[in-house]
Amino acid sequence: MKIHEYQGKEVLKRHGVPVPRGRMAVAAEDVRAVAVELGGDTVVVKAQIHAGGRGKGGGVKVVSGPGAAYDAAGALLGMTLITHQTGPEGRKVGRVLIEEGLRISRELYLGLVIDRSQGCPVLMVSPDGGVEIEKVAAETPDRIFKVFIDPALGLLPFQARALAFRLGLAGDQVAKAVKLMMAVWQTFLATDASLVEINPLVVTETGDLLALDAKVTFDDNALYRHPDLKGYRDLSEEEPLEIEASKHSLNYIKLDGTIGCMVNGAGLAMATMDIIKLAGGEPANFLDVGGGASAEQIKNAFRILMSDPNVRAVLINIFGGILRCDILAEGLIAAVNDLRVRVPIVIRMEGTNVAQGKQMLQASGLNFTTADTMADAAERVVALAGQSTSGVH
Amino acid sequence: MAVLIDRSTRLLVQGLTGREGTFHARQATVVGGVTPGKGGTTHEGWPVFDTVADAVRETGANASVIFVPPAGAADAVMEAAAAGLPLAVCITEGIPTIDMMRALAFLKGRATRLVGPNCPGLISAGRAKAGIIPGHICREGRVGIVSKSGTLTYEAIHQLTGLGLGQTTCIGIGGDPLIGTSFIDALTLFAADDQTEAVVLIGEIGGTAEEEAARFIETSFRKPVVGFIAGQTAPPGRRMGHAGAIIAGGQGTAAEKMDALTAAGVRVVKSPAEIGRAAADLLAR
Repeated sequence: MKIHEYQGKEVLKRHGVPVPRGRMAVAAEDVRAVAVELGGDTVVVKAQIHAGGRGKGGGVKVVSGPGAAYDAAGALLGMTLITHQTGPEGRKVGRVLIEEGLRISRELYLGLVIDRSQGCPVLMVSPDGGVEIEKVAAETPDRIFKVFIDPALGLLPFQARALAFRLGLAGDQVAKAVKLMMAVWQTFLATDASLVEINPLVVTETGDLLALDAKVTFDDNALYRHPDLKGYRDLSEEEPLEIEASKHSLNYIKLDGTIGCMVNGAGLAMATMDIIKLAGGEPANFLDVGGGASAEQIKNAFRILMSDPNVRAVLINIFGGILRCDILAEGLIAAVNDLRVRVPIVIRMEGTNVAQGKQMLQASGLNFTTADTMADAAERVVALAGQSTSGVH
Repeated sequence: MAVLIDRSTRLLVQGLTGREGTFHARQATVVGGVTPGKGGTTHEGWPVFDTVADAVRETGANASVIFVPPAGAADAVMEAAAAGLPLAVCITEGIPTIDMMRALAFLKGRATRLVGPNCPGLISAGRAKAGIIPGHICREGRVGIVSKSGTLTYEAIHQLTGLGLGQTTCIGIGGDPLIGTSFIDALTLFAADDQTEAVVLIGEIGGTAEEEAARFIETSFRKPVVGFIAGQTAPPGRRMGHAGAIIAGGQGTAAEKMDALTAAGVRVVKSPAEIGRAAADLLAR
């Protein structure tokens, strides 16, 4: 689960990571008071969206005084912010973070993730903060320093110290950095995070270390044991159809094409998208209905699939193995009747009672085409989508 | 021959009395089950034990398949390892990554091989099964399969069976970021298996396991390999169903993996419908 910067800083602060003083606001009217409260020469107003590149996209404004902060917040709130991570459609800004301005002497990078090859967490730092770490990794990989963390022991002080020296820190900054890294590790562990990234981690002119930005992502599989973190979910950042799908334990991701897909299993669902593309079509979505593919699930899946007005034809690819195709056919017929689906539907299914299932579909009088192989199904659905013009009803 | 499981496998089911555990136990040869608190009872004719250690002592089990729900699954893996089982196959999807990280640390230095989690398990065609891969689509043959996916593996099995090639062992290694058995581990097993003449490797976006496999194949694997990578059309930054299937920071794309495998001499097919035919082609040479 992704969260906003201000939420990430809240979590980090709770575990002892120093962050700038600040407050979130949803209305420009509240911003003046926040700026007054923060005091100082400058304040920073930052758009809160679940995407990076906000600075370059014009989503971060450094201003002097409460009046200017009010104006900046007014301009940001409600605007559609486009960054290299949002795609061309951008994201609407609904929240801003107002923070104290800091006098910065250095910008560093710190990131903590699970290293899949090593099977343990890795803490990474770089003296070249403030730019995208992917760029540093590609151009100057020797400027990234890593330590692997033993899951049983946690981050050890000597490891953190070694990284602090690599960052070129000296004097009491080393101790501050070690304390900060330990706090980041505690945050990671305590919240079941899958990513904690601080970029930049700044050293101020007075020698303090603070997280100037924060990107924290939680492991979805562990959210059940963190009821307090669930409140951080911002539904306005998610595609409405994807929210609806998640309520029915369906894995749905909306894409831009015209061929709706309904598949059991994530790998086969991706492969089905791939073969549609190879046949000259464009998938409208990724949809994994899971192993069971019950009548109820099929109906929910159809409803979500057909809510996308771009869908011109549907490809259903179910490899049941132990699933009974007659029962699947029954569910499909009921769903198509109930939802009055009009677009052509191509079905490829494997499992027990395949012949019976196909016969039921053909006898239904509905717009079903059956196919024997994935390639056959993909070619048929692409051809049908080309002819079809209308969506649902 | 086959790898990991064969007719001598004595299989235990952890989480036997649950719906999934019971259903899939019926499709395999099982010597007993473990459900804490139900020790001493029987379930559909199988003896049930409180602990894995008890079950191993009483039944002589040498492998376990785990259907325990996510919150307790990593613990179940560690219990299987502590009881000294040579093989533990974890089917469970949705285990917190930090739990799995601890379980993998626990497994280090122990003799247990873990397959999974978040996988369909494995099957040695015509011999034995530990997991949920449907037996009726398999046929004893010459090709080994190693795959991150479940149903896409069934698709590959189906194609091979249709072409009369059949399979030795099919290993679903799982779609999670942290897993017990890697592509390289599976390839190492297939290298030593005389009956396996070719291997189908099915990867997907996310991580670098396919690239690591490519390096291994280039330097150390002699048998022909067919490769397919799912997610060629997946958008970056989105998790495609499996917890590990995500292109992050420009890394983990299908194109990178396909390039790496091709460079290593693997016959990479773009279409999932071509997997079987490519294997037949390589074996005919």
